[in-house]
Amino acid sequence: MADTSATSAFVEFERVQKSYDGENLVVKDLNLSMPKGEFLTMLGPSGSGKTTCLMMLAGFETATHGDIRLDGKSINNIPPHKRGIGMVFQNYALFPHMTVAENLAFPLEVRKIGKSVREQKVKTALDRVQMGDFGGRRPAQLSGGQQQRVALARALVFEPELVLMDEPLGALDKQLRETLQFEITHLAHELGITVVYVTHDQTEALTMSDRVAVFENGRIQQLAPPDQLYEEPENSFVAQFIGENNTLEGVVKEIKGGTCLVQLDGGGMIEAKPINVTQAGERTRVSIRPERVEFNKDRMPEGAHTLKAEVLEFVYMGDIFRTRLRVAGTDNFIIKTRNAPDQVRLQPGQQIEIGWLAEDCRALDA
Amino acid sequence: MSDTVDATNIPGEKSGPMLAADGTPLKRSLRRALRRQKMSALLLIAPLLIFILITFIAPIADMLFRSVENEIVQDTLPRTTAILETWDSESGNVPDTPVFKALYQDIFIAQERKLHTRLGSRLNYELTGASSLFRKSGRGVGDIGEVYQDQFEDMNAFWKKGENWNDILGSDAWLAEIKSWKKASGQAQPPFEIRAQIAEILPQTAAFYQIFADFTQNEKNSNLYKKDPWELIYSAFYDDLTGANAARIDTYTGPGAAELSEAKAAAANFETVDYKAAFGDIDKDWLKMPIWDTIRAYSPRFTNGYFLNAVDMQKSENGPELRPENQRIYATLFLRTLFMSTVITLSCILLGYPVGWILANLPARTANLLMILVLLPFWTSLLVRTSAWKVMLQQQGVVNDTLVWLGIVADDSRLALINNQTGTIIAMTHILLPFMILPLYSVMQTIPPSYLRAAKSLGATNWTAFWRVYFPQSVPGIGAGSILVFILSIGYYITPEIVGGTTGTFISNRIAYHISSSLNWGLAAALGAILLAVVLGLYYAYDKIVGIDNVKLGG
Repeated sequence: MADTSATSAFVEFERVQKSYDGENLVVKDLNLSMPKGEFLTMLGPSGSGKTTCLMMLAGFETATHGDIRLDGKSINNIPPHKRGIGMVFQNYALFPHMTVAENLAFPLEVRKIGKSVREQKVKTALDRVQMGDFGGRRPAQLSGGQQQRVALARALVFEPELVLMDEPLGALDKQLRETLQFEITHLAHELGITVVYVTHDQTEALTMSDRVAVFENGRIQQLAPPDQLYEEPENSFVAQFIGENNTLEGVVKEIKGGTCLVQLDGGGMIEAKPINVTQAGERTRVSIRPERVEFNKDRMPEGAHTLKAEVLEFVYMGDIFRTRLRVAGTDNFIIKTRNAPDQVRLQPGQQIEIGWLAEDCRALDA
Repeated sequence: MSDTVDATNIPGEKSGPMLAADGTPLKRSLRRALRRQKMSALLLIAPLLIFILITFIAPIADMLFRSVENEIVQDTLPRTTAILETWDSESGNVPDTPVFKALYQDIFIAQERKLHTRLGSRLNYELTGASSLFRKSGRGVGDIGEVYQDQFEDMNAFWKKGENWNDILGSDAWLAEIKSWKKASGQAQPPFEIRAQIAEILPQTAAFYQIFADFTQNEKNSNLYKKDPWELIYSAFYDDLTGANAARIDTYTGPGAAELSEAKAAAANFETVDYKAAFGDIDKDWLKMPIWDTIRAYSPRFTNGYFLNAVDMQKSENGPELRPENQRIYATLFLRTLFMSTVITLSCILLGYPVGWILANLPARTANLLMILVLLPFWTSLLVRTSAWKVMLQQQGVVNDTLVWLGIVADDSRLALINNQTGTIIAMTHILLPFMILPLYSVMQTIPPSYLRAAKSLGATNWTAFWRVYFPQSVPGIGAGSILVFILSIGYYITPEIVGGTTGTFISNRIAYHISSSLNWGLAAALGAILLAVVLGLYYAYDKIVGIDNVKLGG
């Protein structure tokens, strides 16, 4: 997880702790290292410490303990305005008394860049976010999406190598958010900038990032590329937090080779891949993604352990069907099936048998 | 398309005006729907509106009206001012006898009603000495009238008695009523009616007797029939008997016809009165120009005299002119008021801005606690706070004692901190500070801290971030606070009165002086009107320069 040895690291957190009141740690022992050009997302529920980490990096909060390094140099004692880090704020923080162009010119002015160069750069930056015609407007005259674009352009106009974004798309509607997600990633890769992005929206995290750091309770629970995070969660918090997940509780009966047998509390025995269980007798939570569950006897993987299930609810969602089942004592077992021509539509009350591949089923911490 | 209204038609599909579902034009039914709302809104504000109109707007309007109102001269000296209109004031000669005669009649009536001293005080604002002149003349006019009274009474005692006068002058119907009327009955006295024939042959006597009758019956509430007439009646009687209508007296046939004829015959040989000389005997000032110029200048019902006075000018033959240098005070006072209000506003900004900033940036709990400290002065009486400053600032006061003790100031050169401008500025800055802090705080509270952070992340130093980003957004708060403090201080009265001494007082202190001490309400109203105009003018200028939309008291 922590890559302390990497000399190529551009941003580094080393054993960083942060406390506001002297009693509770908001950030506990954070170790993180990012190479140049990476798009890293800090994902977590509110109060998990992700924004605090961002603010420490930006210089608005000081670490209680530990070292933050930028390009190999410790920045603990450098004030924010000398760090040269671009930042996009949650509510954009566009200066309301300045026009869009003045907003963009502000970071260049304080760097004492000449007027002609300044104007050229402002124009380039606005064109880059398709806002070239809006230079004379005030922020209040722009829509949310346009303000967001301007905020992005302002954070990039002085060509910082590192850009921080604090839930920049939180206030926008879904469609606009998706468009801008694409634009931001595109822009970041095109310019080769390093981005630290904070969000609590897991879809945003998965679609945009090179790597995602899942925060909970002041710690990084898992730091991995999106696909790995989704398919191979390392603990039950990550499994629950990322995507939809079915959880079955039980006791490990036997660990053998790459699999283990789990006796479920609600009855039944299943085969799972042991992740953080080490010996028989341990309690575990078994995690299985809804789309990896099979109920069609013809397609059932060979040798799969099956469980009896009763259909409780069938929801038509367009591209997929979402069916809620009662399995092994829980009423909240979800399966998702693709809306294909040959797909079976289950009826409430129907009795079925479900099964899955042992490697899709991960036995995690209880 | 047919013109008949069909309720089932979809209104929008018809050509012409849009119709509501019931066929009435949409605009009308919308107006009807809105009228109810407007009416109920009006009803809700009505109690306050009426209260303000009656207790606030109306008295202020009345007060402002006094700044131009000048009816007292014409009301008290109606005959004099009427004749004076034809007087050529530039001739340099005092008016002729007819004017003095009219003056005698006016002052006689005025002194009976005790109005002449009031007119004297009014004219005294414009001409020093007018007050005593009128008081003296009020006492003197009785003697002028007695000349004729004595001669008539000496000739025939008949003219002594009020009953005889009434018998001649009153109509028969009235005489019957008044004779049966008893004061004890509680009924109203029958109003005097002149005998028609007498009104024709003795017009002046009739006119003045009517005034005498009204005054006796309505203001004195005594029985007119028993009342002996004024001296003034005798002089009018003499004028009638020797005047143009005298020949017709012999045609009179009513009561007392014989006495009337006798009086007419005798009057021709009576000693006459030279009214001009008589007034000259009362006071030589009547034979000089100033009093006549003043009466004439202030004859019209409306005057700009108060306003001229309020800007250190006066009326003269050549139109308005500046007063002599040693009489000019108001321009200085106005300028001083403006200057000191500006200084007070600036010191409030300087002291209040950091406090507002701290309050806005502290956690809510602490901010609320500190806010109580800001509001604390509001819960203390203004008088107490001002008096406290008196204790603090005087020569042997806390501040001076401390400075002397610290050795900063020598004991024999203690600072004069009170009864001057410094005292007023210090005390008023303290008293008005909350009015600056509150709007500043509420505006600053709405400036998210992310703006400052954004500015710093973009490379601005603390100062640049503050000055370029935070300060411009707090300007509406400064604007609102400044307007409040400036307008409050420009009309402030109590504090400058207590700590201002002579050099630290405001125009409002002068207004209060004219309202309560000199009783020159017209001048007070004129000063107040000018003050109001200055404030409105500044408000207008502020709106033009900064824009009144830029003023925020909160949110």
